[in-house]
Amino acid sequence: MATIELKDVRKVYGGNIDAIKGVSLDIADGEMIVLVGPSGCGKSTLLRMVAGLEGISGGDVVINGKRVNDLEPAERDIAMVFQNYALYPHMTVKQNLAYGLKNRGTPKDEIERRITEAARALEIEAFLARKPRQLSGGQRQRVAMGRAIVRKPAAFLFDEPLSNLDAKLRVQMRVEIRRLQQSLATTSIYVTHDQMEAMTLADRLVVLNAGCIEQVGTPIELYEKPATTFVATFIGSPSMNLMTLGDGIGWTGPDGAGLPPDATIIGIRPEDIVIADGSLIGGFCTRVQVIAVELVGAESYVHGAAENGSIIVCRVPGRSIIGIGETLDLAAMPDRFHLFDRDGKRV
Amino acid sequence: MQSVVFPNKILPYALVAPQIVLTVVFFFWPASQALYQSMMREDPFGLQSSFVGLANFSNILADENYLHALRVTVVFSLATALLSMGIALLLATAADTVVRGKGFYRTMMIIPYAVAPAVAGMLWLFMFNPAMGTFAYILRRNGIPWDPLLNGDQAMSLVVVAAAWKQISYNFLFFVAGLQAIPKSLLEAAAIDGARGARRFWTIVFPLLAPTTFFLLVINTVYAFFDTFGIIHSVTGGGPAKATETLVYKVYNDGFVNLNLGSSAAQSVVLMVIVIALTAFQFRFVERRVHYG
Ligand SMILES: Nc1ncnc2c1ncn2[C@@H]1O[C@H](COP(=O)(O)OP(=O)(O)OP(=O)(O)O)[C@@H](O)[C@H]1O
Ligand SMILES: [Mg+2]
Repeated sequence: MATIELKDVRKVYGGNIDAIKGVSLDIADGEMIVLVGPSGCGKSTLLRMVAGLEGISGGDVVINGKRVNDLEPAERDIAMVFQNYALYPHMTVKQNLAYGLKNRGTPKDEIERRITEAARALEIEAFLARKPRQLSGGQRQRVAMGRAIVRKPAAFLFDEPLSNLDAKLRVQMRVEIRRLQQSLATTSIYVTHDQMEAMTLADRLVVLNAGCIEQVGTPIELYEKPATTFVATFIGSPSMNLMTLGDGIGWTGPDGAGLPPDATIIGIRPEDIVIADGSLIGGFCTRVQVIAVELVGAESYVHGAAENGSIIVCRVPGRSIIGIGETLDLAAMPDRFHLFDRDGKRV
Repeated sequence: MQSVVFPNKILPYALVAPQIVLTVVFFFWPASQALYQSMMREDPFGLQSSFVGLANFSNILADENYLHALRVTVVFSLATALLSMGIALLLATAADTVVRGKGFYRTMMIIPYAVAPAVAGMLWLFMFNPAMGTFAYILRRNGIPWDPLLNGDQAMSLVVVAAAWKQISYNFLFFVAGLQAIPKSLLEAAAIDGARGARRFWTIVFPLLAPTTFFLLVINTVYAFFDTFGIIHSVTGGGPAKATETLVYKVYNDGFVNLNLGSSAAQSVVLMVIVIALTAFQFRFVERRVHYG
C-alpha cells in the first residue's frame, strides 16, 4: 500500500541523450497507472527509475512519502514483472517464488503459506515443482506474477508483461491482472504500447511522448477530450481523422460558424462520421472517393480520399456493401468535433 | 541433412586429402606404432624385440612408480584446473564491472595464453629459483624455507602455479562470455529480490555459469594431463624424487631417457584411452546435459 510521487524526474543517458525530460506525477494508493506512448518515448526508462534499476539524473522519486532516489531496488519495497519474465532458470517455480522472501529472512512457514496462497490465486499449484523451461509462455507469465505478489510489495511495476503472449491469452491475462490488482489494492504502474490494454487496465492513463507527459487522465477523459493532436491520434483505433481547416479540405457547412477563431485543426473520430443521405443539417460534410474498405467483423472501416487528397476514415456498422471507387458524402455533427490550435493544443 | 553430389569424382577426395594425410601421419601411424610397441619387449641391447602380449600393461599397472605417477597426475590436474578456473572466474567477474577500457583489460588478460609452455615454465622457474629468483628471495626473507629442488610439495605448487597461470587467459575468455550470456533482466530481478554481492553470485550467477564451468573443468583437466609436459620439463624435470612426475612425463622419461620402449608405449596407450574417455564424456555431458533454456 503506497503512494508514489514523481517530482520533475529527469533521465539523461551518457551525458547527451535526454530520455526523460521532467515528469511529474502523483499516484494515489491502490491506483493502477498505465504508461503508454510510442516506442522509444521513455516508458521503460521511467519505470526502471522507479524500480531503482536506472539512476535518476534529476528530480525525486518518492514512495510512501520517502525519497528513494538513493535506495537499492530491494529497499524500495517494489516488485517488477519483466517482459521476458526473468524467471531464474535453474530454480523450480517454488524456489523462484521463495527467493525474494528468503533473501529478506522471512520465516519458513510464512514463506510456505504465502506461496500456497499465491499459487492458488494464480492457479499454478500444479507446476510448483517444475523448472521454468518446462512451462508454456502463459504459465511462465503467471509465475512471474506470482513472484511479484508473494512479496506483498508496496507497488507493482509491469514492463509490457503480456507482449510475448498470443492475442487470446493476452486478453485473458489482462483481465486476470486487473482482477488481482484490484483485489490486492496494490499501487501499480503498467507500461504498454497496446492501447487496448491501456484503456481497459488503467485507472488513469499517462501518455508519454519523447520523454514528456502529453496528458494524464482516465481512459474516457483521454478518449473524449484529448489535450493534443498527439493524444488524439494515439488513443482510439482506427485513429482520429485530423484535417486542417481552410486549406480547401472541402468540408462545407454554414460558413464555419461557431468555430473558435484559433482553431486550425479539426479532428473527428471515425465512429462520429456518418454517410450523409441529405437529411443531416447543420453538420459539415464532404465528398470522398472510396479507396479501401476494411472488414473487421462487426463493423467496417471505409477509407475515402477527399478532393484535396487527404484520407478520411469512417466506421460503418456491419459488413459494408460499399465498393471501391464509389463516391460518398460524409458528414459529422459539430458537437463531435475536436478542435486544436496551430500547435496541436486543444481549444 | 541434404546430401550433396559433386559432379567431379576426384576433387572432393583431393580437398579432404591434406587433412586425412595429416591425421594419418601424426595420429594413426604413431598411435598404431604405440599399440604395436606396447606389446613388444626390447632386449637390453635394443637389437631385437619379442612379442609379450599384455605383459607390459600388467607390469605398469602393478608398478608402484606408475601408480604414484597416476596419483601425482590427479593431484596436479585438479589443483591446476581449480586454481586457474578460480582465478579466471574472479578476474572475469571483476572485468564485468569495469566500465572504461574493457577491451584493453581483456586483451592484456589474453597475453599469457600466447606464451609457449616451456617459456612459461622458465618464467616461473626464474622467479622462484632458490638461487637467483626474486620471489624465492622474498619468500626466504619472510621466513619461509623455500627450496623446490628438495621439497616435493613446493615443487608441486610451483608447477601447478606455472601451469595454471598459462591457462587463466583461456578460462577468463570463456567466463567473460558466460557472464555476458546471463540475461541482464535476471540480475535485475535478483536485485529487486534483495540479493546482492556474494549472495547474488552464489545463488544466481554461479549456477547459471554451470555449463561454462563444467566445460572448462574438462578442458582444463585434459590440459593439465597432457599439455603440461613443457612446463614440468623446464621447471622440475619431474623431481624431486618423482614428486612432480605426471603420467605424460613418465612416458617421456621411461621411453626416451631410460629407453624402456615397451613400457613407455603401454603407458601412452593408457593415456590415449584416458583422452578418448574424457572426450567422449565431454561430448555426452557438456553438449547435452548442463544446459538451461
Ligand atoms: N542504456 C541506454 N543508453 C542510452 N540511451 C538509452 C538507454 N536506454 C534507453 N535509451 C534511450 O532512451 C529512450 C527511451 O527508451 P525506453 O527504453 O525507455 O523506451 P520505451 O518507451 O520503453 O520504448 P519501447 O516501447 O520500445 O520499449 C530511447 O530513445 C532509447 O534510445
Ligand atoms: Mg520499453
